[in-house]
Amino acid sequence: MKNIEFRTATSAQGGLIVMAGVPGVAAGSRVQIKDHAGNLRNGLVIRSADDAVLVEVFEGTDELDLERTWVRFLDEPFRLPVSRDILGRVFNGAGLARDGRPPIISADRRDVNGEPLNPAARAYPREFIQTGISAIDGMNSLTRGQKLPVFSGGGLPHNRVAAQIVRQAKLLGEESSEFVVVFAAFGASHADARFFQESFEESGVLNKVVMFLNLADEPVIERLLTPRAALTAAEYLAFDLDYHVLVVMTDMTAYAEALREVAVLRGDVPARKGYPGYLYSDLAEIYERAGRIKNRRGSITLIPVLSMPSDDITHPIPDLTGYITEGQIVLGRELSNQGVYPPVSVLPSLSRLMKDGIGKNFTREDHPHVASQLFASYAKALEVRGLAAIIGAEELSDADRRYLRFAEAFERRFIGQGEDEDRSVFETLNIAWDLLSMLPPEALIRVSEEELAKYHKGGVGSV
Amino acid sequence: MGKILEVNGPLVKLELPETVIGEQVRVGRIGLVGEVIGRDGETALAQLYEDTAGLKPGEVAEGLGWPLSVELGPGLLNAIFDGVQRPLNAVWEQSGDRIARGVAVPSLPRDKRWHFVPDPHRRAETPLAGGDVLGTVQETESILHRILTPPLVHGELLELAPEGDYTVDEVIGRVKRHDGRIEKLHLFHRWPVRTPRPFKHRDHAVKPLITGQRILDTFYPLLKGGKAAIPGPFGAGKTMLQQQIARWCNAEIVIYVGCGERGNELTDVLEFMPELKDPHTGRPLMERTLLVANTSNMPVVAREASIYVGITLAEYFRDQGYDVVMVADSTSRWAEALREVAGRLGQMPVEEGYPAYLGSRLAAFYERAGRVETLSGDHGSVTLIGAVSPPGGDFSEPVTSHTKEIIQTFWALSKELADARHYPAVDWLESFSGYVPSAAKWWAENVDPGWETARAEALDLLAESEELQRIVNLVGVEALSSEQRWTLESAGLIKEGLLQQAATDDTDSFASPEKQYALLAALLEIHRQGMKLVKLGASARRLIQMPLLAQARRWKSQHKSEDLAALKDKIARIPAEFEQIALDYAQSGPAA
Ligand SMILES: Nc1ncnc2c1ncn2[C@@H]1O[C@H](COP(=O)(O)OP(=O)(O)O)[C@@H](O)[C@H]1O
Ligand SMILES: [Mg+2]
Repeated sequence: MKNIEFRTATSAQGGLIVMAGVPGVAAGSRVQIKDHAGNLRNGLVIRSADDAVLVEVFEGTDELDLERTWVRFLDEPFRLPVSRDILGRVFNGAGLARDGRPPIISADRRDVNGEPLNPAARAYPREFIQTGISAIDGMNSLTRGQKLPVFSGGGLPHNRVAAQIVRQAKLLGEESSEFVVVFAAFGASHADARFFQESFEESGVLNKVVMFLNLADEPVIERLLTPRAALTAAEYLAFDLDYHVLVVMTDMTAYAEALREVAVLRGDVPARKGYPGYLYSDLAEIYERAGRIKNRRGSITLIPVLSMPSDDITHPIPDLTGYITEGQIVLGRELSNQGVYPPVSVLPSLSRLMKDGIGKNFTREDHPHVASQLFASYAKALEVRGLAAIIGAEELSDADRRYLRFAEAFERRFIGQGEDEDRSVFETLNIAWDLLSMLPPEALIRVSEEELAKYHKGGVGSV
Repeated sequence: MGKILEVNGPLVKLELPETVIGEQVRVGRIGLVGEVIGRDGETALAQLYEDTAGLKPGEVAEGLGWPLSVELGPGLLNAIFDGVQRPLNAVWEQSGDRIARGVAVPSLPRDKRWHFVPDPHRRAETPLAGGDVLGTVQETESILHRILTPPLVHGELLELAPEGDYTVDEVIGRVKRHDGRIEKLHLFHRWPVRTPRPFKHRDHAVKPLITGQRILDTFYPLLKGGKAAIPGPFGAGKTMLQQQIARWCNAEIVIYVGCGERGNELTDVLEFMPELKDPHTGRPLMERTLLVANTSNMPVVAREASIYVGITLAEYFRDQGYDVVMVADSTSRWAEALREVAGRLGQMPVEEGYPAYLGSRLAAFYERAGRVETLSGDHGSVTLIGAVSPPGGDFSEPVTSHTKEIIQTFWALSKELADARHYPAVDWLESFSGYVPSAAKWWAENVDPGWETARAEALDLLAESEELQRIVNLVGVEALSSEQRWTLESAGLIKEGLLQQAATDDTDSFASPEKQYALLAALLEIHRQGMKLVKLGASARRLIQMPLLAQARRWKSQHKSEDLAALKDKIARIPAEFEQIALDYAQSGPAA
């Protein structure tokens, strides 16, 4: 079957072709399509019956002349050849070399769809990763093997934040990063891709990076493959070669839009905003490939970046992502407009694995309580700020005015930091105590009395 | 033998004339299993529990002759199964870290021998009815597994094996059915998951399920045999709350169903459960727990099945006379699986893509909860607690709104509370419980007769403070009277000192009913004492500065449930603290 070319396409429309008279085609099998000009396109069988086979064409069906279209069914899923040599290489969205260097030759070719990890085989991620960013380390910390997306919006510095995490991420007590990086961009602009490339170059890690690029002007349907190819590479590096892998993917919104495009063509019943009901499961197939496995040394830590359409966190893409990932780092426009970098909106941000990776024996014994107290005090401070906007700051009580000053200082000194500033988690906690010391000890219920005695700077309004 | 006609995602069209709807089929060379969901002439439409990639039209297909069923017998506890009851630890041994397709592993271990003790009242040549207890196996140190006659087997017991060690496959007895057929009995039997297991009749639920979580037990109680829902946007704390319940509740068996959620959350449960002790029996929690896991990256069709597998296991332990709690995280993923299949079947979507039967399926599922008199005359219960994951946190979406109509206890989680890290983020205004009168009886008899009024008083206080907060947000706190300011302060005290309860706080993660009531009564006492003074003219501003208020907020974390003496001392001293202020007033007048 692999070697037979069929010329039996009966229709081609918007990325899908229907083939007649090809019996026994495997579902999910890869397809090669040669058009009238002899150019090859790639496709995937999405429905197979003896009388009609439906094929999704990654490069689209534009300008296909059915009479002069030859189709080969390769009888295997999409596979990515893997070997140690993928480090330092750049591939396209379907896993073919795009850096002008020879293709990866390997007998080890893996189905990019992967297979679901057995929950009984997982090991719970517990090792704190210091990113050097206070808003993350102090309040929404990252753990080795976690999937923690960055929710952002147009014009916000998500790329810079992601690049800073990649540069600075290391385990506590380690001098430099031990991570190798898998970077996947889909629907990204050339400028975005260049930004990351240069950032990797500058930090001299290019030989520890594997890139998969499907840029904004490249085939949309190929985007459905890109994160899968990238994660296949990551799994190989992590679980075959024992590396700790940091995977950065951008932009999941472009991915989901590609999925919607195909769903509409297939006639799938839409759930919300035109996205198919299976968007959740589809995203989960991607995100859940992060993690740790018992008896394996490596790990996959996943940082997907996504832009929230109209900054709306309830939009299906961030919403479903948040339902799958282990928290989210939310960037806020207001903070960004005030010149705070990184503009992390801490209240809607969350790290679900934080509770198991900080505190005594991990970071510092007061860390869990300090984080909780910062959340509570900052939430209260924002309430006060809202009130001040209505009744005027003069009308506030002394206690409330203290909260106003706290909010201000918290945003400038704790959240705000330099793009090259790599704070240790201890520095982060010390800044936190400086700030908490602006509030009276009686108002700090979430830290213990012992912690207050040890760390609170005593005087009210001491900063 | 039939063959595959078409493969379309998880659906396959088969040429398989003899099968009926619901029947299990095995398909393709690798032997993927699924079930028939539609028929049209000679063809059957089946949904497969595993990924269909690589299947080809023309490959073989066969009907298996039975519906999706589970194996019920010793070996269930302490285990983790997938959505169609494959034991994931055994699958791991067989197929490695990743779940290979077509792995067939029996649900219950076949090589393990269990020590069976026949029921002393069972005699050969006496009648035997479905559900009768044949004997027992001490499955874990805390759980005695009662070996039941399959519910539909009735007749005369011909023989029953003597005490001894048996595998689940060995015959332990024979029954002559009324129609003369001889039926062999084993330590286990099978039951189809979509059919509720029979019982004698329903009983009233009477006892509260104690979860150790104050906002649940004290404010929105659930009864053993009741049904509850936990809706909330992502990150609001649905999973943590269910895990807290699985940890601490006073049920005898806990079934944790991870339906379309994270793999690591199950790993978490698998790691902490063996280490924690049941506060009611002192035994490791894992001995009473079993897990059903179809994580979000596992095939969707098995996700739909996993909920039924879980509830059937729950009913089976109920039939042994146990109080069982099943938590399902999340029922929305189950509903979505339903939607996905309906969509592929071309069924007409009614709301947000869901088929018209969503509401009735949900209702039928929750209907399997309840307290019953079992076939053998015992009493058992299934309490169902379902998480609901509304898109965008919008409670008016179909799954949440249908569920709300069905359940009796509604623990609504709020994004605002979760954002401020007020955990558990159960919204005290949105939540409700229809079980308060029954629970009140229990609290009055077992803890304190003042429970019902105290609960109501605290809720009133919270509702009033909500109104006041609205005023403050418009015009500032100065607009409030002293009484109103004190009310606001007391409500804050109740929120922080009582409602907030961190799962991560070792001292407070579980609060016994006694501790819950002691704190409630204490905080209300502070409120009343202060109000008395305010009414006499004391300024709320002065009262708000009392160190007692900050101290009382810490009591929950300072006193363990097992040792409440010191807490009670502190509570006894509350009036004295206020008397001091009253004295000051008497001496220097209200100006102080
Ligand atoms: N009762 C609680 N005590 C302490 N922390 C909690 C509690 N409930 C939730 N959290 C925090 O919130 C995070 C999200 O909770 P989770 O139950 O996973 O949310 P959901 O299931 O609703 O998405 C947890 O990882 C934990 O950090
Ligand atoms: Mg959850």
